[in-house]
Amino acid sequence: MSEVVWKALLQGGLIALQSVVLLVALLVMIAFLLLFDRKVWAAVQMRKGPNVVGAFGLLQSFADLLKFVLKEPIIPAGADRPVFLLAPLVTVILALAAWAVVPIGPGWVIADINVGILYIFAISSLGVYGIIMGGWASNSKYPFLGALRSAAQMVSYEVSIGFVIVTVLLWVGSLNLSQIVESQRSAYGLLGWHFANPLLFPMFVIFFISALAETNRPPFDLPEAESELVAGFMVEYSSTPYLLFMLGEYVAITLMCAMTAILFLGGWLSPLPFAPFTWIPGVVWFVLKIWFVFFMFAMVKAIVPRYRYDQLMRLGWKVFLPASLLFLVASAAFLQATNLAAKG
Amino acid sequence: MTLAIFFFYLLSAVLVASAMMVISSRNPVHSVLFLILAFVNAAGLFVLLGAEFLAMILIVVYVGAVAVLFLFVVMMLDVDFTELRQGILQYLPIGALIGLVLLVEILLVVGSWVVAPEVAALRTTPTPTLAIADNTAALGRILYTTYIYYFQAAGLVLLVAMVGAIVLTLRHKEGVKRQDVAAQIARDPATAIEVRKVPSRAGI
Repeated sequence: MSEVVWKALLQGGLIALQSVVLLVALLVMIAFLLLFDRKVWAAVQMRKGPNVVGAFGLLQSFADLLKFVLKEPIIPAGADRPVFLLAPLVTVILALAAWAVVPIGPGWVIADINVGILYIFAISSLGVYGIIMGGWASNSKYPFLGALRSAAQMVSYEVSIGFVIVTVLLWVGSLNLSQIVESQRSAYGLLGWHFANPLLFPMFVIFFISALAETNRPPFDLPEAESELVAGFMVEYSSTPYLLFMLGEYVAITLMCAMTAILFLGGWLSPLPFAPFTWIPGVVWFVLKIWFVFFMFAMVKAIVPRYRYDQLMRLGWKVFLPASLLFLVASAAFLQATNLAAKG
Repeated sequence: MTLAIFFFYLLSAVLVASAMMVISSRNPVHSVLFLILAFVNAAGLFVLLGAEFLAMILIVVYVGAVAVLFLFVVMMLDVDFTELRQGILQYLPIGALIGLVLLVEILLVVGSWVVAPEVAALRTTPTPTLAIADNTAALGRILYTTYIYYFQAAGLVLLVAMVGAIVLTLRHKEGVKRQDVAAQIARDPATAIEVRKVPSRAGI
């Protein structure tokens, strides 16, 4: 009996340790991704970007963190206190919870569950609650408008993300993220990845744009459009709760970058399948791919002007939904005709 | 096993408590938030049963989409729940009766299962063991082969409901400017600009 208990405790302790290591690594990476985002944005506009704190401004994110934590949190008098404080927590906890199933290297995953991709889809569909709760609990006009916009926006783009995921699953024949990565291993390196598949490339494009909309990144940042809604659902937030919202948003963005890497860019696989490249550990390739996708996210933010609300809805429902459905049917028909479908 | 039992009681307790809060909290938005908590806990119970696909679908569909729209509507409407709750005692006997009927039905189903376990073999499609197929694949195989017509019929029912809702609520307003992307792109200087000679002191 006691041996079983010790074994369970040891296993639980190991999982806790892995989670803490992943959490710390993720947060440090996000601190630098934030800086990278601002640097890319600055470079496009021919500015220098943050360059005061630390060499090249490398410590800027940590200085921001310190500043937010030390400030006074202000809760509006008319706000619904419990929901107001719960909203940023919901955002950040949900965003972090999704990372439990993300494989960052061969076998490097905290929970290798069978329905991994469905779990991520479910968790990211919950992300909207942080925004709605924050917008409603603030008891103020701009946050409420931002919350209403985000509810419509995130529900709309989830539909096409769902179809993209289903199409990838048809090719892989499994919902396990590690198997999705392994199915892209081939003798041709990056040509075997899903983005190089002619039937999946359009889905890659749709997924990338839907990921922008799902994470409220520009050009789809309507819930916090600063030119019309001041800061949308975040108007009434200050100090640590605001920091949690920002953190949750960037964790979700990094998650979407990781999902793009896993679903279409071969996860931890090396782009060139021969000697000097295969020596590099998989986790390095995976992190590099996340940074590459994030670079594209940052460039889109710098280059593309914000969508109008009706344009956003038109794109989601009238363009992406039929297009993703079409390519889903095409993939299914192709796999059925060629008898390539994975026997699950 | 003890861990599973612990989680079962934890999830069930939170589920029942949040279900109570759904009907008893004063603020309708809080009610919906407690409803969401109840859904999430129900999903946890499904995971404990080994039905992980059902759990994820419950979260994606009910929590991720249906409850969002629910919350949306409750936030927009200014419902005074204290007023609605005036005659609650009056409806209590009917509510209790319906609850009792449901309880008896569940007891009958589960009870007959316990009394005669061999009825499990009578099902048209027996559940494959987890060693053969995980429940996502098993569900898919059953839904798209044996029950394909029922599945399609269910989809059609939903489609009819959706079309009905749109037909009932769609109003075309006159004089609303709509964006026509094709027309915008098709415009060129020849069709969009007209150069006119304006005679002096005459105007156009």
